[in-house]
Amino acid sequence: MKKGSLRQQENRAGLAMISPTLLVVLAVVVLPMLWTLVLAFQRIRLINVRETGLFERYTLQNFVTVFGSPGFWSSVATTLVYAIGGTVLSLVLGLAAALALRKPFRGRGFLRGAMLLPYVAPVVAVAFVWEVMLSPQYGVVNEWGARLFGWDRPIAFLTQREATISLLGMDIPIPVALLTVIVFEGWRYFPFAFLFLLARLQAIPGELEEAARVDGATPTQRFRHVVLPQLAGVIALLAMLRFVMNFTKFDDVYLLTGGGAGTDVASVRVYDFITARFDVGAASAQALALAAVLLVFLAVYLKFFAPKPEDKA
Amino acid sequence: MNRDTFETRLFRVLRWVVLAGLALATLFPFYYMVVLSIRPIEDLLRDPGALWVSVSQWTTSTYEEVLSSEDSGGQGMLGLLVNSALVSLGTVVLTLLVSIPGSYAVARLRFFGHRQVHFLFLAVYLFPAILLAVPLFVLFTKLGLRDSLVGLTVVYVAQTIPVSIYMLRNYLSTIPESVEEAAAIDGCTRGQVLRRVTVPLAAPAIMANALYVFMIAWNEFLFALLFLVADREKWTVSLGLAQLSGGIEVPKTVLMAGSVVLTIPIVLLFYAAERMLTEGLTSGADKG
Repeated sequence: MKKGSLRQQENRAGLAMISPTLLVVLAVVVLPMLWTLVLAFQRIRLINVRETGLFERYTLQNFVTVFGSPGFWSSVATTLVYAIGGTVLSLVLGLAAALALRKPFRGRGFLRGAMLLPYVAPVVAVAFVWEVMLSPQYGVVNEWGARLFGWDRPIAFLTQREATISLLGMDIPIPVALLTVIVFEGWRYFPFAFLFLLARLQAIPGELEEAARVDGATPTQRFRHVVLPQLAGVIALLAMLRFVMNFTKFDDVYLLTGGGAGTDVASVRVYDFITARFDVGAASAQALALAAVLLVFLAVYLKFFAPKPEDKA
Repeated sequence: MNRDTFETRLFRVLRWVVLAGLALATLFPFYYMVVLSIRPIEDLLRDPGALWVSVSQWTTSTYEEVLSSEDSGGQGMLGLLVNSALVSLGTVVLTLLVSIPGSYAVARLRFFGHRQVHFLFLAVYLFPAILLAVPLFVLFTKLGLRDSLVGLTVVYVAQTIPVSIYMLRNYLSTIPESVEEAAAIDGCTRGQVLRRVTVPLAAPAIMANALYVFMIAWNEFLFALLFLVADREKWTVSLGLAQLSGGIEVPKTVLMAGSVVLTIPIVLLFYAAERMLTEGLTSGADKG
């Protein structure tokens, strides 16, 4: 058998084995994605969706509707704050957890398992528990807040848009509900960062830190100059992943607040366009606007932070 | 005391503070969920701050209410559990059938366009579900597949394939090629090598992957909400529970019982396979 035919054989086998995967991905992800582009430029409502096709009249009306709809720009800001806040919080918590669990101790295995629970548990269940815990009427958090910190009034964590606290004579407004959903997001996804950071931490050779210690570096200096640079790649990757996921997150916010009280993130608006107004075109346009912002961030990541292909094993 | 000893001592203490804080933050909600689910509702309203219920107070009526069928006055979660199980198992089987050969091809074979395929999977993994929700909603409405568990399963398969390929590929590329070559020399075809040699060797990774896929499908909410909301018979547990909270007044303790029922299968599976799962997920993380 010639060498060329062997290679051809491998090519054929490879294509045959990958084709079911490709088929599913093309049919259920790529084509629908392209179709969103079309839908966004057509006037389509759910009622007439059966009759409309590719050749419907194209228009920019949907974008006018979406950009002009009340609260669009504030929702962009909310989405950004939510995505960035959730990303930073989950990374900080994940890093703290990974550093604390780095060295073996009794019960480490148990704790590691416990820390992953928020990530693996069903979102509906954990959102409910939070809702019940934070309830102003019968919530354990408000009850203990009153007992321990003397809160004079229960805090409506999920339904209050804004509260002002006085600090040094200044009134500072705090977006209560938005902060609460950000904390939830950080809580739910820090395990993800924790897992990856712990794996990376354990792959750092011990001699590196040992050498720094012998040279007289203190723990913070060792962290800053030896450990952190080793983690930089994973942190950048995690930051990008979490940002993309948070930016388009739907279920967490929908289940906790329904998008009310200043938590109207973009994905909940997409959902509202399709289910409350049956406006497929506007929903697509809103989704597309979301995707466009996302693409910009992805491009920035790929340009500045992504590991180069040749580094990849 | 110099800076080094000061910092060393400080972090020794801080480490335990962090551990205690995180343990409390992660475990308490689950503990609280269980405690509430076995408390009588009057008891909760009388003393919302209680963190413990005495054994004599325990009730299982919440579980009876949430699980028993609607005809007998319950919330019918048992039927919904069956739906969730069907969809999740279906997703696992289909995803594995598709992604085992797929990941083998990606890990081992040089075929035309294998670089582009890699990029495609990354793009699909990063592609947010909410953007797919609109076109899939429309498409499935057109095809008449929208309120069917089969349609939902197909969507889940597409969503889990990229992760599945990623996890399996990482594992497959650690199996020495010489093992496969030996089988090939003994006269196995490529398909036979995959079936008789590679798959058995990769069994732990496949198990871990199956669990992860099951978890994603079992926990999913958005597509279940969009596709199935009109037809109560077909709800998954997640959807059923969410609808329960929004509907007529259902006691929070019953809701918590439902949450426990929804969470238990996942937590059991997770603890059965934690090590495999975390290794499968993060293998290769130290290279990126």
